[in-house]
Amino acid sequence: MQLTGWGRYPIIEASPVTFQDHRSLAARLAETKPLIPYGNGRSYGDSALSSRFVPMRSRDRLLAFDPDSGLLTCEAGVLLSEIIETFLPSGWFLKVTPGTRLITVGGAVAADVHGKNHHQAGCFGDTVESLLLMLADGRIRRCSRKENPELFHATCGGMGLTGVILQVEFYLQPVPSAIIEQATIKTRNLKETFEAFEKYADWPYSVAWIDCLARGAALGRSLLMLGRFAPIGELDYAPRRTKTIPCNFPGFLLKSYSVRAFNSVYYARARSGISLNFVDIDAFFYPLDAISNWNRIYGGSGFVQYQFILPKKHSYTGLEQVLRKIMKTGKGSFLAVLKLYGPANDNYLSFPMEGYSLALDFKIEPGLFALLEQLDEIVLKHKGRLYLAKDARMSRDTFEGGYPQAEAFRSLRTSLGLAGAFNSLQSQRLGL
Amino acid sequence: MTQEWILVLGAGSDMARAAARRFARAGYNIQQASRNTEELDIEARHLQLKYGVQTQTLPFDALEFDSHAAFYAELEPKPIGILLAFGALGEQARDQKDVSWIRKIIDTNYTGAASILEVIAADFERRKRGFIVGTSSVAGDRGRQSNYIYGSAKAGLSTYLAGLRHRLHGSGVNVLTVKPGFVATKMTTGLDLPDKLTAGPQEAGERIYRAVQKEKHLVYIRPIWRWIMLIIIHMPEFIFKRTKL
Ligand SMILES: Cc1cc2nc3c(=O)[nH]c(=O)nc-3n(C[C@H](O)[C@H](O)[C@H](O)COP(=O)(O)OP(=O)(O)OC[C@H]3O[C@@H](n4cnc5c(N)ncnc54)[C@H](O)[C@@H]3O)c2cc1C
Ligand SMILES: NC(=O)c1ccc[n+]([C@@H]2O[C@H](COP(=O)([O-])OP(=O)(O)OC[C@H]3O[C@@H](n4cnc5c(N)ncnc54)[C@H](OP(=O)(O)O)[C@@H]3O)[C@@H](O)[C@H]2O)c1
Repeated sequence: MQLTGWGRYPIIEASPVTFQDHRSLAARLAETKPLIPYGNGRSYGDSALSSRFVPMRSRDRLLAFDPDSGLLTCEAGVLLSEIIETFLPSGWFLKVTPGTRLITVGGAVAADVHGKNHHQAGCFGDTVESLLLMLADGRIRRCSRKENPELFHATCGGMGLTGVILQVEFYLQPVPSAIIEQATIKTRNLKETFEAFEKYADWPYSVAWIDCLARGAALGRSLLMLGRFAPIGELDYAPRRTKTIPCNFPGFLLKSYSVRAFNSVYYARARSGISLNFVDIDAFFYPLDAISNWNRIYGGSGFVQYQFILPKKHSYTGLEQVLRKIMKTGKGSFLAVLKLYGPANDNYLSFPMEGYSLALDFKIEPGLFALLEQLDEIVLKHKGRLYLAKDARMSRDTFEGGYPQAEAFRSLRTSLGLAGAFNSLQSQRLGL
Repeated sequence: MTQEWILVLGAGSDMARAAARRFARAGYNIQQASRNTEELDIEARHLQLKYGVQTQTLPFDALEFDSHAAFYAELEPKPIGILLAFGALGEQARDQKDVSWIRKIIDTNYTGAASILEVIAADFERRKRGFIVGTSSVAGDRGRQSNYIYGSAKAGLSTYLAGLRHRLHGSGVNVLTVKPGFVATKMTTGLDLPDKLTAGPQEAGERIYRAVQKEKHLVYIRPIWRWIMLIIIHMPEFIFKRTKL
């Protein structure tokens, strides 16, 4: 069958390695090497791609919940959306959620995903108490900060390369309502955008939609969206119905003039200054989930998302250079998302560091990869790195330059006999 | 919330699991029976936590006919509905050469079902209530070179279920025959199934639940299968013989 990530690039021929229980999984791991776990395929590039993959979605059971502490135990194939549907009506929500609720808990741990509240709450891995991991030899290890701590820190953010995550124990947060109080702030340039992020850093959720095609003095103008849970309100939750795009969108619709038009309309929507309103959880956290297969909008050849992060010290100059470069080429995307991050954690390959990250979508077309390599240089020069969960093309050097613990991760894999057993196209490309 | 129980036979089946969840969502308590009870215990925790229903996990082997009467006699409380999902697809090329495999396919799909359903039917008939869902297959509607051992066992099951429906009609017990068409489950992993004709287990669970509510006699998971089978059944033999189906 054909297998691909969310960016629909690359698409490979692959076959599933299925199992019914832990015993049969252990047997399959012994006879099939290498392979990689596959969650819900929401990573954009080739992190979950390999000619043999282990589909994890059917391990989808909630196992225990402690309403005193908020500790939830579930299997790795459970979707975040299932957790929200089950626990939000009684006042519990994820401590950390990415911009889609359609990922598995295993994928959330493996990419150590972050949300709009990273500057306050950290990564998904930081909410994890412990996890059960099956190694290449079929043995199951419990990993936490106290038990097998190296393996724990390698697995959170380890992109499926340390074994199959079977179960996860992690904390939910109590919330007073299912409604978000949202403030939208319009900024005129990059400097104002940065200042606004810092000024409102006490809001738990923040993200800026940056108009990456604005030129000259308007470079970096943005809409900064802030959010916090409304202190009183309903807890009812019914996931929004999704719309489906019937087929692959013709790529010509995304020529840069149409992107520019989209950008200016979006930017004009918020009148100058600050506006306040209340929105539901889906509208605030998961706007893209409203269209079930929006990834087809980029046409048949697919797209990549380019997401990098720069340490605070270099964020301003680095971002300015990246934006100028993109502006010059006229390539651009519907979504350019800027975010403020808090301090990095102890996980070997986790993406976040204290600073700013920008994420942009690019339709795959001739000349794109050359442009991205130029961007890589700017990112590395400013001591930044790219997000593995979005990547389908970075070079080994770019990776090494951004992830100082790569070598330690590699030796851990070798010492535990994981290196030949778990591999994705990405890990092979990066020599991980 | 109802205090009624549903007994799921072959509860490890992906389709049965989805259907059981749908019934649990409606408030039914769930008795799960199959050979691999370890997996059922995990599912039981999910059913309790997610839907707040009660569960039981019971060992059951369709091939141990002699155990069936006692299995049902010991079941407490007695269920209001039965979801019978166990079955075995087999491998035509292997099975046609070996009568022990032929027997195993027939016994898993047909004899095992008839054996346990007779015990249950007698009780439902006496109580004058309940419903029975049997999982047969479109493969039983016309013999095909690629899976006629399985198909003929399912043909037997379809006919059996039709007869049981006839018999229990007067007692107010409905019998629903499910002919899934293609459903993406562990039985079909690795097979290249066409997207438009293939349902997910959750869709199957929903269809089965609704068909029970509406007291239907026959349900295809994707309605298009009704038309596909109409064509296949009516294709003249001299044409059919030349197809690769
Ligand atoms: C619209 C959209 C918005 C997004 N927004 C954000 C965001 O705001 N922040 C963010 O951090 N990310 C974001 N992402 C990325 C996404 O959260 C991650 O890529 C996540 O890992 C996807 O999870 P998945 O279950 O789909 O896993 P997959 O994409 O299938 O796999 C991702 C990785 O996890 C590994 N994996 C999956 N399951 C297991 C398991 N059981 N055991 C071991 N390894 C496993 C795979 O091997 C692979 O390396 C977004 C993605 C989309 C499509
Ligand atoms: N999927 C399809 O496209 C499709 C199409 C037509 C018909 N069907 C029918 O639909 C039903 C459900 O299938 P599925 O696709 O959900 O398959 P599945 O996931 O493979 O489930 C089949 C189940 O049958 C059980 N089983 C096999 N032998 C048994 C025995 N001797 N005693 C007790 N249980 C036994 C297995 O239980 P254990 O866990 O104990 O192994 C397994 O859980 C089957 O009857 C199948 O023939 C399916």
